[in-house]
Amino acid sequence: MSHSPSQSDENQVCVIIGASHAAAQLATSLRQQGWSGPIRMIGDEGGLPYQRPPLSKAFLCGEKDADSLIIRPSAFYEKHEIEFIPGRVTAIDRVAKTLTLADGSEQHYDKLALCTGTRVIRLPIQGANLGGVHYLRTLADVEGIRRELPDSGRVVIIGGGYIGLETAASLRKQGIDVVVLEMAERVLQRVTAPEVSAFYQRMHSEAGVTIETGTMVAAFEGEERVERVVCADGRFYPADMVIVGIGVRPNSELADAAGLEIDNGIVVDEYCQTQDPDIVAAGDCANQWDPRSGQRRRLESVPNAVEQAKTAAATLCGEKIPQISLPWFWSDQYDLKLQMAGLNQGYDQVVIRGTADSGCSFAAFYFQQGQLIAADCINRAPEFMLAKKLLSQKQTADMTRLADEAIPVKQLMAELTTSS
Amino acid sequence: MGRMTFIEHDGTRHEVEIEADKSLMQHAADNMVPGIDADCGGECACGTCHVIVDEQWFGKTGAINSNEKQMLEMTPEGAPTSRLACQIEVTDALDGLVVHLPEFQM
Repeated sequence: MSHSPSQSDENQVCVIIGASHAAAQLATSLRQQGWSGPIRMIGDEGGLPYQRPPLSKAFLCGEKDADSLIIRPSAFYEKHEIEFIPGRVTAIDRVAKTLTLADGSEQHYDKLALCTGTRVIRLPIQGANLGGVHYLRTLADVEGIRRELPDSGRVVIIGGGYIGLETAASLRKQGIDVVVLEMAERVLQRVTAPEVSAFYQRMHSEAGVTIETGTMVAAFEGEERVERVVCADGRFYPADMVIVGIGVRPNSELADAAGLEIDNGIVVDEYCQTQDPDIVAAGDCANQWDPRSGQRRRLESVPNAVEQAKTAAATLCGEKIPQISLPWFWSDQYDLKLQMAGLNQGYDQVVIRGTADSGCSFAAFYFQQGQLIAADCINRAPEFMLAKKLLSQKQTADMTRLADEAIPVKQLMAELTTSS
Repeated sequence: MGRMTFIEHDGTRHEVEIEADKSLMQHAADNMVPGIDADCGGECACGTCHVIVDEQWFGKTGAINSNEKQMLEMTPEGAPTSRLACQIEVTDALDGLVVHLPEFQM
Protein backbone atom coordinates (compact mmCIF):
# COMPACT_ATOMS: atom_id res chain seq x y z
CA MET A 1 0.00 0.00 0.00
CA SER A 2 1.28 3.45 -0.81
CA HIS A 3 1.68 5.91 1.99
CA SER A 4 0.81 8.93 -0.07
CA PRO A 5 -0.35 11.81 2.12
CA SER A 6 -3.95 11.35 1.10
CA GLN A 7 -5.10 13.50 3.99
CA SER A 8 -3.72 16.60 2.32
CA ASP A 9 -5.28 15.86 -1.04
CA GLU A 10 -8.37 18.02 -1.35
CA ASN A 11 -9.78 15.95 -4.17
CA GLN A 12 -9.90 12.63 -2.35
CA VAL A 13 -13.44 11.62 -1.47
CA CYS A 14 -14.17 9.47 1.56
CA VAL A 15 -17.59 7.85 1.70
CA ILE A 16 -18.91 6.27 4.87
CA ILE A 17 -21.69 3.72 4.49
CA GLY A 18 -23.84 3.79 7.60
CA ALA A 19 -24.73 6.56 10.03
CA SER A 20 -24.45 5.36 13.58
CA HIS A 21 -21.82 5.58 16.35
CA ALA A 22 -18.90 4.32 14.25
CA ALA A 23 -19.79 6.56 11.30
CA ALA A 24 -20.19 9.68 13.46
CA GLN A 25 -16.80 9.11 15.09
CA LEU A 26 -15.08 8.18 11.85
CA ALA A 27 -16.19 11.39 10.11
CA THR A 28 -15.12 13.48 13.10
CA SER A 29 -11.77 11.70 13.45
CA LEU A 30 -11.04 12.11 9.74
CA ARG A 31 -11.33 15.89 10.09
CA GLN A 32 -9.33 15.90 13.34
CA GLN A 33 -6.58 13.96 11.59
CA GLY A 34 -6.43 16.35 8.68
CA TRP A 35 -8.55 14.77 5.93
CA SER A 36 -9.33 17.77 3.72
CA GLY A 37 -11.34 16.19 0.90
CA PRO A 38 -15.10 15.70 0.84
CA ILE A 39 -16.61 13.33 3.42
CA ARG A 40 -20.00 11.83 2.64
CA MET A 41 -22.00 9.72 5.04
CA ILE A 42 -24.81 7.61 3.60
CA GLY A 43 -27.43 6.46 6.10
CA ASP A 44 -30.60 4.48 5.54
CA GLU A 45 -32.44 5.59 8.68
CA GLY A 46 -33.17 9.01 7.22
CA GLY A 47 -31.41 11.10 9.84
CA LEU A 48 -28.11 11.97 11.49
CA PRO A 49 -26.30 9.50 13.77
CA TYR A 50 -27.94 9.15 17.20
CA GLN A 51 -27.18 7.44 20.49
CA ARG A 52 -28.58 3.91 20.50
CA PRO A 53 -28.00 2.89 24.13
CA PRO A 54 -30.79 5.13 25.54
CA LEU A 55 -33.34 3.53 23.17
CA SER A 56 -34.04 0.66 25.59
CA LYS A 57 -33.64 2.92 28.62
CA ALA A 58 -34.36 6.67 28.95
CA PHE A 59 -36.00 6.99 25.52
CA LEU A 60 -38.30 4.00 26.07
CA CYS A 61 -39.21 5.49 29.47
CA GLY A 62 -40.10 8.80 27.81
CA GLU A 63 -37.37 10.62 29.77
CA LYS A 64 -35.50 11.64 26.60
CA ASP A 65 -36.82 12.83 23.26
CA ALA A 66 -35.47 12.00 19.81
CA ASP A 67 -33.67 15.36 19.45
CA SER A 68 -31.61 14.76 22.56
CA LEU A 69 -30.31 11.47 21.16
CA ILE A 70 -28.45 13.11 18.25
CA ILE A 71 -24.71 12.47 18.69
CA ARG A 72 -23.75 15.80 17.13
CA PRO A 73 -26.08 18.49 15.75
CA SER A 74 -26.43 19.23 12.03
CA ALA A 75 -24.51 22.50 12.53
CA PHE A 76 -21.46 20.42 13.48
CA TYR A 77 -21.55 18.45 10.23
CA GLU A 78 -22.10 21.64 8.22
CA LYS A 79 -19.21 23.41 9.91
CA HIS A 80 -16.85 20.54 9.22
CA GLU A 81 -18.22 19.93 5.73
CA ILE A 82 -19.44 16.42 6.37
CA GLU A 83 -22.30 15.73 4.00
CA PHE A 84 -25.13 13.45 5.06
CA ILE A 85 -26.92 11.61 2.24
CA PRO A 86 -30.09 9.72 3.16
CA GLY A 87 -30.22 6.51 1.18
CA ARG A 88 -29.30 2.87 1.01
CA VAL A 89 -26.27 1.55 -0.83
CA THR A 90 -27.07 -1.53 -2.90
CA ALA A 91 -23.70 -2.26 -4.54
CA ILE A 92 -20.00 -1.48 -4.28
CA ASP A 93 -17.90 -1.55 -7.47
CA ARG A 94 -14.34 -1.81 -6.17
CA VAL A 95 -12.76 -1.50 -9.63
CA ALA A 96 -14.63 1.63 -10.74
CA LYS A 97 -14.76 2.85 -7.12
CA THR A 98 -18.43 3.68 -7.27
CA LEU A 99 -21.40 2.93 -5.08
CA THR A 100 -24.92 2.38 -6.37
CA LEU A 101 -27.80 3.56 -4.22
CA ALA A 102 -31.33 2.17 -4.06
CA ASP A 103 -32.66 5.20 -5.96
CA GLY A 104 -30.31 4.39 -8.84
CA SER A 105 -27.88 7.24 -8.17
CA GLU A 106 -24.14 6.67 -7.95
CA GLN A 107 -21.42 7.94 -5.65
CA HIS A 108 -17.71 7.94 -6.38
CA TYR A 109 -15.22 7.16 -3.61
CA ASP A 110 -11.46 7.14 -3.23
CA LYS A 111 -11.61 5.71 0.28
CA LEU A 112 -14.56 3.80 1.67
CA ALA A 113 -15.59 3.08 5.27
CA LEU A 114 -18.10 0.34 6.01
CA CYS A 115 -20.07 1.12 9.18
CA THR A 116 -23.09 -0.96 8.27
CA GLY A 117 -23.84 -2.23 11.78
CA THR A 118 -26.15 -5.10 12.51
CA ARG A 119 -29.80 -5.99 12.15
CA VAL A 120 -32.06 -7.91 14.49
CA ILE A 121 -32.58 -11.63 14.19
CA ARG A 122 -36.26 -12.24 13.45
CA LEU A 123 -38.24 -15.06 15.00
CA PRO A 124 -39.40 -17.28 12.15
CA ILE A 125 -42.49 -18.58 13.88
CA GLN A 126 -46.20 -18.64 13.23
CA GLY A 127 -47.78 -15.23 13.82
CA ALA A 128 -44.50 -13.35 13.47
CA ASN A 129 -46.19 -10.75 11.25
CA LEU A 130 -49.10 -9.97 13.57
CA GLY A 131 -49.58 -6.41 14.73
CA GLY A 132 -48.04 -5.68 18.12
CA VAL A 133 -44.94 -7.81 17.53
CA HIS A 134 -41.93 -5.51 17.84
CA TYR A 135 -38.16 -5.60 17.67
CA LEU A 136 -35.81 -3.10 19.27
CA ARG A 137 -32.77 -1.71 17.48
CA THR A 138 -33.60 1.59 15.81
CA LEU A 139 -35.20 4.86 16.82
CA ALA A 140 -38.14 4.01 14.54
CA ASP A 141 -38.54 0.65 16.32
CA VAL A 142 -38.86 2.32 19.71
CA GLU A 143 -41.10 5.10 18.41
CA GLY A 144 -43.34 2.30 17.16
CA ILE A 145 -43.28 0.61 20.56
CA ARG A 146 -44.03 3.88 22.36
CA ARG A 147 -46.98 4.66 20.08
CA GLU A 148 -48.59 1.31 20.82
CA LEU A 149 -47.54 0.88 24.42
CA PRO A 150 -50.58 -0.01 26.52
CA ASP A 151 -51.21 2.17 29.60
CA SER A 152 -51.69 -1.03 31.50
CA GLY A 153 -51.83 -4.60 30.33
CA ARG A 154 -49.00 -6.93 29.59
CA VAL A 155 -45.92 -7.00 27.42
CA VAL A 156 -44.16 -10.30 26.75
CA ILE A 157 -40.45 -9.96 26.00
CA ILE A 158 -38.74 -12.76 24.11
CA GLY A 159 -35.08 -13.02 25.10
CA GLY A 160 -33.36 -12.48 28.45
CA GLY A 161 -30.21 -10.78 27.18
CA TYR A 162 -29.26 -7.18 27.92
CA ILE A 163 -31.79 -5.69 25.48
CA GLY A 164 -34.60 -7.85 26.83
CA LEU A 165 -33.79 -7.12 30.46
CA GLU A 166 -33.24 -3.37 29.95
CA THR A 167 -36.56 -3.24 28.12
CA ALA A 168 -38.24 -5.18 30.93
CA ALA A 169 -36.90 -2.71 33.51
CA SER A 170 -37.96 0.34 31.47
CA LEU A 171 -41.51 -0.99 30.99
CA ARG A 172 -41.91 -2.18 34.57
CA LYS A 173 -40.93 1.30 35.77
CA GLN A 174 -43.94 2.56 33.80
CA GLY A 175 -46.28 0.18 35.62
CA ILE A 176 -46.66 -2.34 32.82
CA ASP A 177 -46.93 -6.08 33.50
CA VAL A 178 -43.86 -7.72 32.04
CA VAL A 179 -43.08 -11.37 31.29
CA VAL A 180 -39.63 -12.34 29.96
CA LEU A 181 -39.31 -15.67 28.16
CA GLU A 182 -35.76 -17.00 27.79
CA MET A 183 -34.78 -20.14 25.92
CA ALA A 184 -31.59 -20.82 27.93
CA GLU A 185 -31.54 -22.10 31.51
CA ARG A 186 -30.70 -18.64 32.85
CA VAL A 187 -30.84 -15.01 31.70
CA LEU A 188 -27.63 -13.48 30.30
CA GLN A 189 -26.27 -17.04 29.93
CA ARG A 190 -24.08 -16.19 26.95
CA VAL A 191 -22.39 -13.22 28.63
CA THR A 192 -22.11 -13.60 32.41
CA ALA A 193 -21.38 -15.97 35.28
CA PRO A 194 -24.28 -17.83 36.96
CA GLU A 195 -23.94 -15.53 40.01
CA VAL A 196 -24.63 -12.45 37.87
CA SER A 197 -27.54 -14.13 36.07
CA ALA A 198 -29.09 -15.15 39.39
CA PHE A 199 -28.65 -11.61 40.70
CA TYR A 200 -30.53 -10.07 37.75
CA GLN A 201 -33.21 -12.71 37.97
CA ARG A 202 -33.72 -11.77 41.64
CA MET A 203 -33.75 -8.02 40.93
CA HIS A 204 -36.38 -8.41 38.20
CA SER A 205 -38.51 -10.69 40.39
CA GLU A 206 -38.39 -8.14 43.20
CA ALA A 207 -39.54 -5.48 40.72
CA GLY A 208 -42.47 -7.70 39.76
CA VAL A 209 -41.23 -9.00 36.40
CA THR A 210 -41.98 -12.65 35.65
CA ILE A 211 -39.00 -14.45 34.13
CA GLU A 212 -39.42 -17.92 32.63
CA THR A 213 -36.17 -19.61 31.60
CA GLY A 214 -35.78 -22.81 29.60
CA THR A 215 -38.82 -21.65 27.64
CA MET A 216 -39.08 -22.00 23.89
CA VAL A 217 -41.60 -19.83 22.08
CA ALA A 218 -43.60 -21.67 19.40
CA ALA A 219 -46.14 -19.17 18.03
CA PHE A 220 -47.84 -15.81 18.38
CA GLU A 221 -51.61 -16.00 18.17
CA GLY A 222 -54.29 -13.39 17.61
CA GLU A 223 -56.72 -12.01 15.05
CA GLU A 224 -54.86 -9.03 13.62
CA ARG A 225 -52.82 -8.16 16.64
CA VAL A 226 -50.95 -10.53 18.88
CA GLU A 227 -53.10 -11.70 21.81
CA ARG A 228 -51.06 -14.54 23.27
CA VAL A 229 -47.65 -16.14 23.10
CA VAL A 230 -47.68 -19.93 22.90
CA CYS A 231 -44.68 -21.92 24.11
CA ALA A 232 -43.38 -25.24 22.82
CA ASP A 233 -44.45 -27.00 26.04
CA GLY A 234 -48.03 -25.80 25.61
CA ARG A 235 -47.99 -22.99 28.17
CA PHE A 236 -49.29 -19.69 26.91
CA TYR A 237 -49.10 -16.05 28.01
CA PRO A 238 -51.70 -13.40 27.15
CA ALA A 239 -49.99 -10.37 25.60
CA ASP A 240 -50.98 -6.88 24.50
CA MET A 241 -47.57 -6.49 22.92
CA VAL A 242 -44.53 -8.64 22.21
CA ILE A 243 -40.97 -7.32 22.02
CA VAL A 244 -38.37 -9.68 20.59
CA GLY A 245 -34.71 -9.26 21.57
CA ILE A 246 -32.85 -12.41 20.59
CA GLY A 247 -29.72 -10.94 19.10
CA VAL A 248 -28.39 -9.35 15.93
CA ARG A 249 -26.50 -10.30 12.79
CA PRO A 250 -23.79 -8.21 11.10
CA ASN A 251 -24.75 -6.42 7.88
CA SER A 252 -21.99 -7.84 5.72
CA GLU A 253 -23.86 -8.69 2.50
CA LEU A 254 -22.70 -5.54 0.65
CA ALA A 255 -19.06 -6.32 1.46
CA ASP A 256 -19.58 -9.97 0.62
CA ALA A 257 -21.04 -9.12 -2.79
CA ALA A 258 -18.05 -6.85 -3.40
CA GLY A 259 -15.74 -9.81 -2.85
CA LEU A 260 -14.39 -8.84 0.58
CA GLU A 261 -13.64 -11.54 3.13
CA ILE A 262 -16.55 -12.30 5.45
CA ASP A 263 -16.47 -14.40 8.62
CA ASN A 264 -19.07 -13.45 11.22
CA GLY A 265 -18.90 -9.90 9.89
CA ILE A 266 -16.48 -8.01 7.68
CA VAL A 267 -12.94 -9.27 8.31
CA VAL A 268 -10.46 -6.49 9.15
CA ASP A 269 -6.94 -6.40 10.55
CA GLU A 270 -5.86 -4.53 13.70
CA TYR A 271 -5.89 -1.29 11.66
CA CYS A 272 -9.54 -1.88 10.73
CA GLN A 273 -8.54 -2.40 7.11
CA THR A 274 -10.21 -4.97 4.88
CA GLN A 275 -8.09 -6.79 2.31
CA ASP A 276 -8.81 -3.84 -0.04
CA PRO A 277 -6.35 -1.08 0.98
CA ASP A 278 -8.96 1.58 0.17
CA ILE A 279 -11.70 0.08 2.34
CA VAL A 280 -11.96 0.01 6.13
CA ALA A 281 -14.74 -1.27 8.39
CA ALA A 282 -15.67 -0.28 11.95
CA GLY A 283 -18.34 -1.03 14.53
CA ASP A 284 -20.67 -3.96 15.10
CA CYS A 285 -20.24 -5.16 11.50
CA ALA A 286 -16.47 -5.61 11.74
CA ASN A 287 -14.71 -8.78 12.86
CA GLN A 288 -11.34 -7.41 13.88
CA TRP A 289 -8.02 -9.18 14.37
CA ASP A 290 -6.86 -8.70 17.95
CA PRO A 291 -3.07 -9.07 18.07
CA ARG A 292 -3.11 -9.39 21.86
CA SER A 293 -5.28 -12.49 22.00
CA GLY A 294 -4.33 -13.82 18.59
CA GLN A 295 -8.00 -14.09 17.67
CA ARG A 296 -10.59 -12.19 15.73
CA ARG A 297 -13.38 -10.58 17.67
CA ARG A 298 -16.63 -8.94 16.67
CA LEU A 299 -18.05 -6.84 19.48
CA GLU A 300 -21.45 -5.21 19.73
CA SER A 301 -20.78 -2.11 21.77
CA VAL A 302 -20.52 1.65 21.47
CA PRO A 303 -17.01 1.95 22.98
CA ASN A 304 -15.73 -0.61 20.46
CA ALA A 305 -17.40 1.22 17.57
CA VAL A 306 -15.82 4.49 18.67
CA GLU A 307 -12.33 3.03 19.10
CA GLN A 308 -12.44 1.19 15.78
CA ALA A 309 -13.67 4.34 14.04
CA LYS A 310 -10.70 6.34 15.37
CA THR A 311 -8.33 3.61 14.17
CA ALA A 312 -10.02 3.34 10.77
CA ALA A 313 -9.82 7.12 10.28
CA ALA A 314 -6.10 7.08 11.10
CA THR A 315 -5.59 4.24 8.63
CA LEU A 316 -7.37 6.21 5.89
CA CYS A 317 -5.14 9.19 6.65
CA GLY A 318 -2.07 7.00 6.21
CA GLU A 319 -1.22 6.57 9.86
CA LYS A 320 -1.34 3.02 11.15
CA ILE A 321 -2.10 2.60 14.83
CA PRO A 322 -3.33 -0.83 15.97
CA GLN A 323 -6.67 -0.97 17.78
CA ILE A 324 -5.94 -2.81 21.03
CA SER A 325 -8.18 -0.94 23.46
CA LEU A 326 -9.78 -2.79 26.33
CA PRO A 327 -13.36 -3.83 25.53
CA TRP A 328 -15.91 -2.54 27.98
CA PHE A 329 -19.69 -2.41 28.20
CA TRP A 330 -22.44 -1.10 30.40
CA SER A 331 -26.08 -1.79 31.12
CA ASP A 332 -28.58 0.23 33.16
CA GLN A 333 -31.58 -1.54 34.69
CA TYR A 334 -33.68 0.04 37.48
CA ASP A 335 -31.13 1.68 39.79
CA LEU A 336 -28.48 -0.86 38.87
CA LYS A 337 -25.48 0.33 36.92
CA LEU A 338 -23.56 -2.60 35.49
CA GLN A 339 -20.11 -1.79 34.14
CA MET A 340 -18.12 -4.57 32.51
CA ALA A 341 -14.47 -4.60 31.49
CA GLY A 342 -12.69 -7.21 29.40
CA LEU A 343 -14.06 -10.34 27.77
CA ASN A 344 -14.89 -13.29 30.01
CA GLN A 345 -15.01 -16.07 27.41
CA GLY A 346 -12.98 -19.05 28.56
CA TYR A 347 -12.98 -18.13 32.26
CA ASP A 348 -12.38 -20.96 34.72
CA GLN A 349 -12.87 -19.16 38.02
CA VAL A 350 -15.06 -16.33 39.35
CA VAL A 351 -14.21 -14.28 42.43
CA ILE A 352 -17.06 -12.28 43.99
CA ARG A 353 -16.36 -9.10 45.93
CA GLY A 354 -19.41 -8.29 48.05
CA THR A 355 -22.56 -10.39 48.11
CA ALA A 356 -24.41 -11.46 44.98
CA ASP A 357 -27.37 -13.17 46.64
CA SER A 358 -28.53 -10.22 48.73
CA GLY A 359 -28.40 -6.45 48.34
CA CYS A 360 -27.74 -4.77 45.03
CA SER A 361 -24.03 -4.15 44.72
CA PHE A 362 -21.13 -6.52 44.05
CA ALA A 363 -18.36 -7.24 41.56
CA ALA A 364 -17.53 -10.50 39.78
CA PHE A 365 -13.93 -10.92 38.65
CA TYR A 366 -13.28 -13.54 35.97
CA PHE A 367 -10.00 -15.48 35.89
CA GLN A 368 -8.48 -17.84 33.37
CA GLN A 369 -5.57 -19.92 34.63
CA GLY A 370 -4.95 -17.43 37.41
CA GLN A 371 -4.99 -14.41 35.09
CA LEU A 372 -7.69 -11.76 35.47
CA ILE A 373 -9.55 -11.48 32.14
CA ALA A 374 -12.77 -9.57 32.90
CA ALA A 375 -15.01 -8.04 35.55
CA ASP A 376 -18.73 -7.34 35.94
CA CYS A 377 -19.32 -4.54 38.45
CA ILE A 378 -22.82 -3.75 39.67
CA ASN A 379 -23.12 -0.40 41.43
CA ARG A 380 -19.37 -0.75 41.99
CA ALA A 381 -17.73 2.04 40.04
CA PRO A 382 -14.45 1.84 42.01
CA GLU A 383 -14.07 -1.87 41.24
CA PHE A 384 -14.77 -1.13 37.57
CA MET A 385 -12.06 1.52 37.46
CA LEU A 386 -9.68 -0.89 39.18
CA ALA A 387 -10.52 -3.67 36.71
CA LYS A 388 -10.04 -1.33 33.75
CA LYS A 389 -6.63 -0.40 35.04
CA LEU A 390 -5.58 -3.98 35.85
CA LEU A 391 -6.75 -5.29 32.49
CA SER A 392 -5.29 -2.53 30.35
CA GLN A 393 -1.95 -2.97 32.08
CA LYS A 394 -2.28 -6.74 31.67
CA GLN A 395 -1.79 -7.17 35.40
CA THR A 396 -3.50 -9.81 37.42
CA ALA A 397 -4.63 -9.54 41.03
CA ASP A 398 -4.54 -11.63 44.14
CA MET A 399 -7.90 -13.40 44.32
CA THR A 400 -8.05 -13.44 48.12
CA ARG A 401 -7.31 -9.74 48.39
CA LEU A 402 -9.82 -8.87 45.65
CA ALA A 403 -12.54 -10.73 47.54
CA ASP A 404 -11.61 -9.13 50.87
CA GLU A 405 -13.87 -6.11 51.38
CA ALA A 406 -11.79 -5.08 54.40
CA ILE A 407 -9.19 -3.90 51.89
CA PRO A 408 -10.54 -0.74 50.22
CA VAL A 409 -10.44 -0.58 46.42
CA LYS A 410 -8.49 2.64 46.72
CA GLN A 411 -5.73 0.75 48.48
CA LEU A 412 -5.66 -1.97 45.80
CA MET A 413 -5.49 0.76 43.18
CA ALA A 414 -2.68 2.61 45.00
CA GLU A 415 -0.63 -0.59 45.28
CA LEU A 416 -1.07 -1.06 41.58
CA THR A 417 -0.04 2.46 40.68
CA THR A 418 3.13 2.26 42.75
CA SER A 419 4.10 -1.21 41.56
CA SER A 420 3.62 -0.44 37.88
CA MET B 1 -24.59 34.27 24.23
CA GLY B 2 -22.30 33.04 27.01
CA ARG B 3 -18.94 31.38 26.64
CA MET B 4 -16.94 28.75 28.50
CA THR B 5 -13.28 27.80 28.36
CA PHE B 6 -11.67 24.36 28.34
CA ILE B 7 -7.94 24.39 29.08
CA GLU B 8 -5.98 21.33 27.98
CA HIS B 9 -3.23 19.90 30.15
CA ASP B 10 -0.60 21.53 27.91
CA GLY B 11 -2.27 24.93 28.32
CA THR B 12 -4.15 25.05 25.00
CA ARG B 13 -7.39 26.99 25.47
CA HIS B 14 -10.69 26.24 23.75
CA GLU B 15 -13.46 28.82 24.00
CA VAL B 16 -16.91 27.50 23.23
CA GLU B 17 -20.30 29.15 23.00
CA ILE B 18 -22.98 28.08 25.44
CA GLU B 19 -25.92 26.22 23.94
CA ALA B 20 -28.87 25.62 26.22
CA ASP B 21 -29.97 22.13 27.32
CA LYS B 22 -26.63 20.47 26.64
CA SER B 23 -24.16 18.94 29.03
CA LEU B 24 -20.62 20.24 29.35
CA MET B 25 -19.43 16.97 27.75
CA GLN B 26 -21.66 17.58 24.73
CA HIS B 27 -20.23 21.10 24.38
CA ALA B 28 -16.73 19.60 24.27
CA ALA B 29 -17.76 16.99 21.69
CA ASP B 30 -19.59 19.48 19.46
CA ASN B 31 -16.53 21.73 19.46
CA MET B 32 -14.00 18.92 18.99
CA VAL B 33 -12.21 19.74 22.25
CA PRO B 34 -9.51 17.07 22.52
CA GLY B 35 -8.92 15.29 25.81
CA ILE B 36 -12.55 14.54 26.60
CA ASP B 37 -13.11 11.02 25.33
CA ALA B 38 -16.69 10.61 26.55
CA ASP B 39 -16.72 6.99 25.45
CA CYS B 40 -20.22 6.28 26.73
CA GLY B 41 -21.91 9.33 25.26
CA GLY B 42 -22.96 10.81 28.58
CA GLU B 43 -24.38 7.95 30.63
CA CYS B 44 -22.00 8.36 33.57
CA ALA B 45 -20.63 4.91 32.75
CA CYS B 46 -17.04 5.35 31.60
CA GLY B 47 -15.40 8.16 33.56
CA THR B 48 -13.60 9.52 30.48
CA CYS B 49 -14.93 13.09 30.57
CA HIS B 50 -13.14 14.14 33.76
CA VAL B 51 -12.65 17.90 34.13
CA ILE B 52 -11.30 19.99 36.99
CA VAL B 53 -13.53 22.98 37.56
CA ASP B 54 -12.04 26.36 38.52
CA GLU B 55 -12.72 26.78 42.22
CA GLN B 56 -14.98 29.83 41.99
CA TRP B 57 -17.28 27.98 39.57
CA PHE B 58 -17.48 24.65 41.35
CA GLY B 59 -20.53 25.54 43.41
CA LYS B 60 -22.51 26.40 40.26
CA THR B 61 -21.98 23.06 38.52
CA GLY B 62 -24.74 21.24 40.37
CA ALA B 63 -24.92 18.17 42.60
CA ILE B 64 -22.68 15.11 42.28
CA ASN B 65 -24.39 11.71 42.38
CA SER B 66 -22.75 8.81 44.18
CA ASN B 67 -21.74 6.97 41.02
CA GLU B 68 -19.93 10.01 39.65
CA LYS B 69 -18.31 10.62 43.03
CA GLN B 70 -17.05 7.03 43.26
CA MET B 71 -15.54 7.13 39.78
CA LEU B 72 -13.83 10.46 40.42
CA GLU B 73 -12.35 9.16 43.66
CA MET B 74 -10.47 6.53 41.69
CA THR B 75 -8.71 8.81 39.26
CA PRO B 76 -5.07 9.55 40.08
CA GLU B 77 -5.52 13.08 38.76
CA GLY B 78 -8.60 13.75 40.88
CA ALA B 79 -8.91 17.13 42.60
CA PRO B 80 -11.42 18.54 45.10
CA THR B 81 -13.24 20.27 42.22
CA SER B 82 -13.23 17.28 39.83
CA ARG B 83 -16.42 16.55 37.89
CA LEU B 84 -17.56 14.38 35.02
CA ALA B 85 -18.50 16.79 32.24
CA CYS B 86 -21.47 14.67 31.16
CA GLN B 87 -23.11 15.28 34.54
CA ILE B 88 -22.89 19.10 34.33
CA GLU B 89 -26.00 20.64 32.78
CA VAL B 90 -24.95 23.90 31.16
CA THR B 91 -27.08 27.02 31.65
CA ASP B 92 -26.40 30.71 31.13
CA ALA B 93 -25.38 30.80 34.80
CA LEU B 94 -22.14 29.13 33.68
CA ASP B 95 -21.21 32.02 31.36
CA GLY B 96 -17.46 32.44 31.91
CA LEU B 97 -16.90 28.92 33.29
CA VAL B 98 -13.32 27.67 33.14
CA VAL B 99 -12.42 23.97 33.40
CA HIS B 100 -9.07 22.23 33.15
CA LEU B 101 -8.52 18.87 31.50
CA PRO B 102 -6.39 16.17 33.13
CA GLU B 103 -3.36 14.78 31.33
CA PHE B 104 -5.02 11.40 30.91
CA GLN B 105 -8.62 10.23 31.04
CA MET B 106 -9.29 7.09 33.08
